[in-house]
Amino acid sequence: MNPSPLVQPYPNRRTVLCAAVAAGATLPLLSACVTGGKDDTPAAAAGAKSAANPLGVKEDAALEVVIFKGGYGDDYAKKAEGLYTQKYPKATVDHKGIQKVGEALQPRFVANTPPDVVDNTGAGRLDLATLVGAKQLSNLTDLLEAPSFDDPAVKVKDTLLPGVVEDGTFDGAPLVLNFTYTAWGIWYSKPLFASKGWTYPKTWDEMLALCATIKAAGIAPWTYQGKYPEYINDPLLSMAAKTGGTDLLKAVDNLQPNAWKSDAFKAAAEAFAELAGKGYIMAGSEALSHTESQAAWCQGKAAFIPCGSWLEAEQKDVAPKGFDMVMGAVPPRTGSDKLGAAAVQAASSESFIVPAKAKNAAGGMEYLRILFSKQSARSFAESAGTLPAVAGATDGLTLSSGLGSTRDAVTAAGKDAFTFRFRTWYAPLAKAVDDATGELVNKRATPAEWADRIQKAADALAKDSSVKKYTR
Amino acid sequence: MKHGRLRFLTGALAPALVLHVVFVLSPYGQAFYLSLTDWTGVAGEAHFVGAGNYARLGGDSLFLDAVRNNAVMLVCVPLVTIALGLFLASMLHLGGRSGRSGIRGAGAYQIVYFFPQLLSLVVVAVLWQFVYNPTNGLLNGALRAIGLGGLARSWLGDPQLALPAVMAVLVWSSVGFYMVLFSAAIDGIPKELFEAALLDGAGGWATFRKVTLPLVRDTVQVAFVYLGIAALDGFAVVQVMTVGPGGPDGATEVIGLSLYRNAFTYGKFGYASAMGVALFFATLTLAVLALRSGRKERLELA
Repeated sequence: MNPSPLVQPYPNRRTVLCAAVAAGATLPLLSACVTGGKDDTPAAAAGAKSAANPLGVKEDAALEVVIFKGGYGDDYAKKAEGLYTQKYPKATVDHKGIQKVGEALQPRFVANTPPDVVDNTGAGRLDLATLVGAKQLSNLTDLLEAPSFDDPAVKVKDTLLPGVVEDGTFDGAPLVLNFTYTAWGIWYSKPLFASKGWTYPKTWDEMLALCATIKAAGIAPWTYQGKYPEYINDPLLSMAAKTGGTDLLKAVDNLQPNAWKSDAFKAAAEAFAELAGKGYIMAGSEALSHTESQAAWCQGKAAFIPCGSWLEAEQKDVAPKGFDMVMGAVPPRTGSDKLGAAAVQAASSESFIVPAKAKNAAGGMEYLRILFSKQSARSFAESAGTLPAVAGATDGLTLSSGLGSTRDAVTAAGKDAFTFRFRTWYAPLAKAVDDATGELVNKRATPAEWADRIQKAADALAKDSSVKKYTR
Repeated sequence: MKHGRLRFLTGALAPALVLHVVFVLSPYGQAFYLSLTDWTGVAGEAHFVGAGNYARLGGDSLFLDAVRNNAVMLVCVPLVTIALGLFLASMLHLGGRSGRSGIRGAGAYQIVYFFPQLLSLVVVAVLWQFVYNPTNGLLNGALRAIGLGGLARSWLGDPQLALPAVMAVLVWSSVGFYMVLFSAAIDGIPKELFEAALLDGAGGWATFRKVTLPLVRDTVQVAFVYLGIAALDGFAVVQVMTVGPGGPDGATEVIGLSLYRNAFTYGKFGYASAMGVALFFATLTLAVLALRSGRKERLELA
């Protein structure tokens, strides 16, 4: 090549061709990555099964535990690891408490060298439906059928709160086990309501009446975490689910035609359109983040805020002393609801998984058997201030106001605790619902438009052959 | 002698070239291949699906929103930034009374305007989120303080205003840098030319249009390419600052955000790669067009 006296700032044919040749030359290098695609499953470590070792753990096999170190910390997990090494002194446990679980583990799943047990939680978690679709998760049936750590006469699956096994079941196979139990409702400060003589409404009509009173008192009746419209979705979807019952839940999650256009959804959408239309939502809420809106609520600028049961722990440093927040179930809108008035949306979260290609899958499951014992669940409830998915784990504990109200709400709901599955199964549909609800409560979409656009998204998803479908 | 030199040059260049191929070109190559597959991002295998991912892009309403928003940003952000940058730079140089020197304190202004460039874009986005806060943000607070409370808006919550609000942040964060860049270019113009213009009786605007602008044209062109690429991105600001993010209802969706969501939230790395490849060609086309448009009329100095 002749050296050119002119510096050419734009690519010409020659440089483009050079780049193309160079790109071509690199292709063989790619075989080390996805494009190689060799499926070399290592032989999993296994020992003999016995009454004391029902999962057949190889007692000297190393165990690698990856925990999401978020609001709950990771001390509870370390405690359970301590119990594990007590039982298997020859095993070395490698503990990793991290924040960005997905970023750290994605390459390891691709390389077929995942850890033995993972707490796949937090904003950077891996999409569960994707992991399931890629057959990356172990079937946990052996664990659920095994005798529980505390009482050999009771199986692990019978120690869990209602819905926990179902929450982790995909196509009939239990693949995920969730450690915490979350309920969603509408929160308020008990002392504030007592001082003003307000009582938590039992019906939606009472709610609207109370909102008028609250507004007249110079406080905004509602605020919500406007930056993330899914927060205001929960009470809306809860109201619809209470009216429509299990049939509605199934219709929505199974992507049935016109599921979102049912009367129950229409009524719930109208209820929230009315809430917004009457000016009962604090002005500006639509642009506030969760921290900003929740702080405004704690400062007494708004009376109600919708949230899940993590709210109390999240507001620990923000809520003034004696704020004593409590959660109430979403009041029913009709007198003929299919679920009881106390029904709450409740689901387990903090997803623990045992990767299918883990070297010590039996050890991973044994670790979960220990973690889900009453002893570790109880110490988790004490330190994290959140309900664990283990039944009776908080019995006899003195609970804070918010956690107590959550437990009472879950107890009162009993079998009427319900949950939607589409959020986990079909993340794009969840996004469509969030966007539509954001428009609805900002008066830019009518209830009919709200139902139309969500139904359109659900129909498109149902037709999309590239998306794996689930049924409940 | 010549032979040895070639060997030395090869030896010096090879390591860098190898690193470039492994860490820059090979990921590009992989993205092109992955865009033709259904890779989920968590499995060691991917199935070939041909052009299916690209066909899908056309029917993805959120992606089309993103393309529209990026197109708007591509028009507005470079134009406004360059206009402001040129204005500030020429004021600093020629805004003084005599028309021959800069305004007083030009050096201080230059430093102050450059400040936003020192902040990471994420910090900028977080700060502006506070500024735009509808209840106690700086912007609405200032409007109310000067009696213009009627103009207070929910800047990021209103679909009409959200994208302009985002673009304003992009302009604010980059204008200082381009002002410094244009200042340097104006410094390179021989002083005699300005003096001649002054003697011929040219005013400030005429001097700017007939002398300054033609002589900094190359720099403006490069600035346009950089700003165009930044406008086709916009991911960080949108992700941190906006409702949704990307909202309300897709009003601030950008291609980078769609790509990110599909890859890391939905586990559709193949589809996200297709978006990335599309964005790559859009950026490449922009750069080629912008740099070709002005290459024939290059002015020679002296």
